[in-house]
Amino acid sequence: MTHDPHEHEGHEHAHDHDTHAPIGAKEPEGYYPLLADAVRELLIEKGYFTADEHRAFIERIDARSPALGAKVVVRAWTDPKFKQRLLDDGKKACAEMGVDVVVANLVVTENTPAVHNVIVCTLCSCYPVFVLGRPPDWYKSAAYRSRVVRDPRAVLKEFGTEIDAKREVRVHDSTADMRYLVLPMRPKGTEGWSTEQLEKIVTRDTMVGVAECRLAA
Amino acid sequence: MSWGEGIASRFKPGDKVHVAERYPAKGHFRTPFYIRGKTGVVERICGQYHNPEELAFGKYDGPEKVLYRVRFDQKQVWPDYHGHSADKVEIEIFEHWLEPAK
Repeated sequence: MTHDPHEHEGHEHAHDHDTHAPIGAKEPEGYYPLLADAVRELLIEKGYFTADEHRAFIERIDARSPALGAKVVVRAWTDPKFKQRLLDDGKKACAEMGVDVVVANLVVTENTPAVHNVIVCTLCSCYPVFVLGRPPDWYKSAAYRSRVVRDPRAVLKEFGTEIDAKREVRVHDSTADMRYLVLPMRPKGTEGWSTEQLEKIVTRDTMVGVAECRLAA
Repeated sequence: MSWGEGIASRFKPGDKVHVAERYPAKGHFRTPFYIRGKTGVVERICGQYHNPEELAFGKYDGPEKVLYRVRFDQKQVWPDYHGHSADKVEIEIFEHWLEPAK
């Protein structure tokens, strides 16, 4: 155990370890990563896709980020006709902006003074990756998935988001072919802001619905 | 909303529907346990898609099924729900899991 990865924990200034130590696997792979590798290799071997296609697909997902979703949201805030098209058909409206949502369709749920929306996938971890990039770990956790659907107000409170008792909370469970995007409310005090300024306050969490847009802290 | 256009569906938006209370032992089902046996209202028709119960077992040429988005009152889904009485949960459910609500 000369290369115990935990050896240096707690030693913030420990620069004395051998930075030239050979890099090697120190722990056995977990069951699921191994399974995923095995399935990937089999699919490539059987010709379903090539290693390059698989790599390129992951690269394509990793190129997406919440900044894309923010562009869509800000356009909806500033262009009422676009907003209507977005609510009518999320996939088509995103395509107008050069954003291919890839999946069957994108359901855009609008937050209003009467309704707050929040998204979950109780069965697995479906997420609009082509609009927001990869999901955060908490979105995939069993705790979020099981709790937000049955006690959304308490879970939102843990995220620091208190929904007025008079507002309806609407949970969207992505159980099949659709993906969901919350259209957050534009905060008061942002009149006259530039597109760039507005895009900064539209964060990932506001488009999943665990937070609301706020004027920059 | 033009989502259901041209789709021959058993239900239409606004219809009251009941989710079948079936618990098949084996398979890949996209109908969560918590919603089986509950009654909701069709919010929209999402389109027609291959049945995940067949796709999961390599059958890609089966008939497409109508997929609905159904809205439920949280108070009905969770008897001990302590949020607002207007709170809702919306779920995608395939037609073969739905029955007309009495």
